[in-house]
Amino acid sequence: MAYTNIIQKLQREACGLCCTKLKNFGVTIGKTEILRDIDLHIHCGELTALVGPNGAGKTTLLRAILGEISHTGELYFLDARDCRRNPVVGYVPQRLDFDPGSPISVLDLFSACLSSWPVCLGHSRRLRERAAAGLASVQADHLLDRRLGDLSGGELQRILLAMALAPNPDLLLLDEPVSGIDVQGKEIFYDLVSNLRQQYDLSIILVSHDWSLVSCYADRIVLLDRTLQCWGTPQEVFSNENILRAYGPAIREEEGQIRLKPQIIHSGEGVRA
Amino acid sequence: MEIWYALVNYFLPFSWSQHTFMKNALLAVLLVGPMFAIMGTMVVNNRMAFFSDTIGHSALTGIAIGVLLGFQDPLWIMVLFSVFLAIAISLLKTFTGASADTTIGAVSATMVALGIVILSRGGGFNKFSRFLVGDLLSITPDEMLLLAFTLFVVMLLWGVMFNKFLLVSVNPSLALSRGIPVRLVETLFCITTAVVVTISIQWVGILIINSLLILPAAAARNISRNMRQYHMISLLITLTSGIAGLLMSYYWSTATGATIVLFTALFYLGTLLVKPRFA
Repeated sequence: MAYTNIIQKLQREACGLCCTKLKNFGVTIGKTEILRDIDLHIHCGELTALVGPNGAGKTTLLRAILGEISHTGELYFLDARDCRRNPVVGYVPQRLDFDPGSPISVLDLFSACLSSWPVCLGHSRRLRERAAAGLASVQADHLLDRRLGDLSGGELQRILLAMALAPNPDLLLLDEPVSGIDVQGKEIFYDLVSNLRQQYDLSIILVSHDWSLVSCYADRIVLLDRTLQCWGTPQEVFSNENILRAYGPAIREEEGQIRLKPQIIHSGEGVRA
Repeated sequence: MEIWYALVNYFLPFSWSQHTFMKNALLAVLLVGPMFAIMGTMVVNNRMAFFSDTIGHSALTGIAIGVLLGFQDPLWIMVLFSVFLAIAISLLKTFTGASADTTIGAVSATMVALGIVILSRGGGFNKFSRFLVGDLLSITPDEMLLLAFTLFVVMLLWGVMFNKFLLVSVNPSLALSRGIPVRLVETLFCITTAVVVTISIQWVGILIINSLLILPAAAARNISRNMRQYHMISLLITLTSGIAGLLMSYYWSTATGATIVLFTALFYLGTLLVKPRFA
């Protein structure tokens, strides 16, 4: 593939040394305390799934990490040399609301994010290649000249994912990125995400309601309900008696599916385009 | 100006181009056209057609205030007033949470009524009717300089800010996650629209200025697939209908602004018919 060189340049292997830390993290909006006492370490190369009932504050936590709402406590990022700095955060929203009749191509949107050269004047070849490489890493380089309104939901989410990866983030936040997308689209997306954490030097936080998929793909599960309820590998969380008692209905509902779907992804199976 | 006159004489040796006012008007069309083309595309992207309409109509109140304060040329008061209004509307939208078109509609009607009440005091409304229809042929070289300067500023602003405007128009929260100060960018865009509309109003006319802003962009939108095509087609339509409208208004002796708008409307109709082939 023509873009391989550029892709390799963009990728750094996960070093496993850097991490994002939340210390005593909390969010209060008005007089309502939405989140409190959250202590989390998120290591690079790991996919952390954030699960919890509706209204548990999952999206609020992401928005606070993004800086859209203010928070108490500390949030910092330690790089491989143990230097503290603010992390570069990539974000894929649940759904992108936009005018489907708008004459904007995928390349337009991509370049508008990457450079300040007005996209109405056309694109330089360098930028085009960079966008194509970014899209190639999510198997979407054939969509480069497509109009944004002509894309399917799954394709659009992959493009948003590619945009969140450029420039290379330290922390990738995915807010229910595949709700309302068909099963096949979901699998492509999750395969991509789980490949990402191996190829790039980043940590991923994924908000999801889909217990069965989460148990296949996530390295760690964080159960959130106003504060940290439980934290561990999928096996640990799902075998925890207290958790099963409190949140059991939600888990058991999909337990059948969990058994039906063995852990294929960890074996590093190839990704379909 | 002398160079421009010489150029026109050399390249366009027609009967209409012998008049100085036609040479001036032609240059004005070439200045207003690009400005409206690039503003209009973004106004349509932001779904702000109603907003720019309100700014246009509120110019009446701007003129009225200028007249009350005793200014001979109310342009600066009009510009200041429209900037104030633009900020007020965007604040109102943010803080009341009311639907944007209700807010804007209320403001629009109020401003028109207020302007008419003040201007018609003592029955002297007729001398302001030139603002309603606009008179492109009366433009002077000094005013042209102002237009050229505005065009330059708009192009400069677009060079720096276009991508930010675009991202905010696609989705504000996406723009926010890319570190763009959304509210600031939005307000800046509202102010720019207000200034451009207000400055051009005495030549294009309050009644039709919004059509000139919206129609070329709406037509280009029908048949373009990316931002580059969108802007190129919009620019082409504005310039073509600008020149065609100017010529036809000369031969038919009609109001120039309205004739230009009719030509853009033709383009809109045409693109609407061929749209299925492009979509």
